[in-house]
Amino acid sequence: MTTDDVVPAAPPTGVVRLHERTRSRGTPATWLRRGGLSALIFALPILFIFGVFSWWPIISAFVMSLQKTNLTDAPLWVGLDNFRAVFADPLLPTIIRNTAWFAVLALIFGYPIPLIGAVLMSELRKRKGLYSVLAYLPVVVPPVVAVLLWKFFYDPRPEGVFNTVLGWVGLGPYPWLADATWAMPSLVLEATWAAAGGTVIIYLAALISVPAELYDAAEVDGASVWRKVWHVTMPQLRGVLFITLILQIIGTAQVFLEPFLFTNGGPNHATETIMLHVYNLAFANLGNNFGQATALSLLLAAFLAVMSLVYFRLTRSWSQS
Amino acid sequence: MTTTDSATPPPAVPGALPGSAGAASPNLALAAPVRRRRRSAPETPERGALSSADWRRPAVKHTWRGMHFVLLLLLLLWCLGPLLLLGKFAFTPTQDILTKPMAVFPNGPTLDNIDQAWNRYHIGQYFMNTVWFALGAWFCQILVATTGGFVLSVLRPRWAKVLNWLVLGTLFVPAVVLLIPLYKIIVHPPIGDSLINNFFAVWLPAGASAFNVVLVARFFDSLPREIFEAARVDGAGPFRLFWHIVLPMSKPIIGVVSVFAVIASWKDFLWPFLVLKDESVKPLSVYLQSMANVDKGTLMAALAISTLIPIVMFLIFQRMFLRGAGLGGAVKG
Repeated sequence: MTTDDVVPAAPPTGVVRLHERTRSRGTPATWLRRGGLSALIFALPILFIFGVFSWWPIISAFVMSLQKTNLTDAPLWVGLDNFRAVFADPLLPTIIRNTAWFAVLALIFGYPIPLIGAVLMSELRKRKGLYSVLAYLPVVVPPVVAVLLWKFFYDPRPEGVFNTVLGWVGLGPYPWLADATWAMPSLVLEATWAAAGGTVIIYLAALISVPAELYDAAEVDGASVWRKVWHVTMPQLRGVLFITLILQIIGTAQVFLEPFLFTNGGPNHATETIMLHVYNLAFANLGNNFGQATALSLLLAAFLAVMSLVYFRLTRSWSQS
Repeated sequence: MTTTDSATPPPAVPGALPGSAGAASPNLALAAPVRRRRRSAPETPERGALSSADWRRPAVKHTWRGMHFVLLLLLLLWCLGPLLLLGKFAFTPTQDILTKPMAVFPNGPTLDNIDQAWNRYHIGQYFMNTVWFALGAWFCQILVATTGGFVLSVLRPRWAKVLNWLVLGTLFVPAVVLLIPLYKIIVHPPIGDSLINNFFAVWLPAGASAFNVVLVARFFDSLPREIFEAARVDGAGPFRLFWHIVLPMSKPIIGVVSVFAVIASWKDFLWPFLVLKDESVKPLSVYLQSMANVDKGTLMAALAISTLIPIVMFLIFQRMFLRGAGLGGAVKG
């Protein structure tokens, strides 16, 4: 928009300025001449795709949460019954607890280690590419492949891959996925393997942008290496650390693939997460309860929206300070 | 609709709003100036916390060298190890996989697993379905992102502001909300019959990625406006401007979006699992899930084959991948 002000002289007549902002409402003819139609033509794909597959489904979610529907018969308005059913669901405390537990474990496993790795990697003088490629490698493995492979690693027999390796140092055998206590940490371990590389690369990108002058200044003041890392690098990463934290919470709150493929929520609902329950309500064993599933997903989304808002507020107050 | 990886753009990305970034924002400008910056690199060498003087001190040098070495070992073990194991399993007889998983070919390698996976379980056919899925999703995403970005950033009609907010707003809506209403639309589309088992069911929703639109629009913003003006003075209309000037200048960002698009469809599971159920259209990820209980050797071979293409693509285009992943964090901020 500012570029309009920069352009000094009015364009020669007859040349259509594409992003000229007219103050007065023109006739359809002037609108056409000014490229209004071509803008509309270029906007068709985005309007169509976002309209049908993004904006409409968002509205539709609110409508469906107030209906009883199996997608074939005419939907029935039921008011807030779906939300009542969500809160009356005996599994609700379990799925919230499981999802929170997954998120907490994912933070413990997956938050500090990529940071330490990235700080170490950013000091590499050579072969930084090799380290980055290795760290990012698991991220490109299709998640279904990763889960099925790790499911085999978690074989609870003494001959299982992990039990064999741990047996070398006299540990195990552990039940892994077969045990209600062990199952969730096992899921998170795989999820961390699959995702940590992406976080490392985000941190690395942020580390490169730490201004060199800050380090120079710290050296003038005689700061040691560790003090530089702690007092210069870390504060500079504050923003991106918070972003990855929020992103990780939003991601883990919607975790589906790991509980679905590893354990299908078992043993005894120990790994049934909110998203898996949404899926079950709508598509699987509990079947065709689309209204209640939508209501549950909206409640989860509301929680996540609050998270985003908190995030937005915090980052804004930081950037002002 | 994978949910736990932070590398591919998650559907719900908070605060992709200008100016909220802070530390990561210099990367936003990365789009065009990448080459320029690399050329000027020798003048202003990038540095980390350790200065050259620090590196000359033996204690510091040995500590960090040691830590880097340990890190390399851990990366090899943790990141590469499971994949090497998968590669080994693909050529190991099932009996050996089950009884001595860590032994290296105790009874010699075999090609049976690969043969079974390819010829009996027709991995190749599902592989082609995934390719087809990825191609269509790629085209749809590129079409929406480039034309949409062109409207928002270059043409800028009066209603662009509203459109921009409507697109940005969807970044705040988590994927979980869309799942069931989207399914409803696919089963009962506004025009025509059910799109279940039709590739359009995965292609079209893939295009509704606000993340792509933001990436491309920001890149277009960074292109020099004088070139557009000059083209217009020379009589180029919006279509020529788009096709002959903006698109050719946007190869870097189109590359990044393309890599994201292809990898995302390769990784996607839940959505194709719901809408591509028929064997003739199932992509690999969905098919592998149904293979979970077949002979372990065959399964491992199938898993290895499915991993090969994304890994080879990654090794070829690694710079673009890593740049895109870093950029992801920057735009998310």
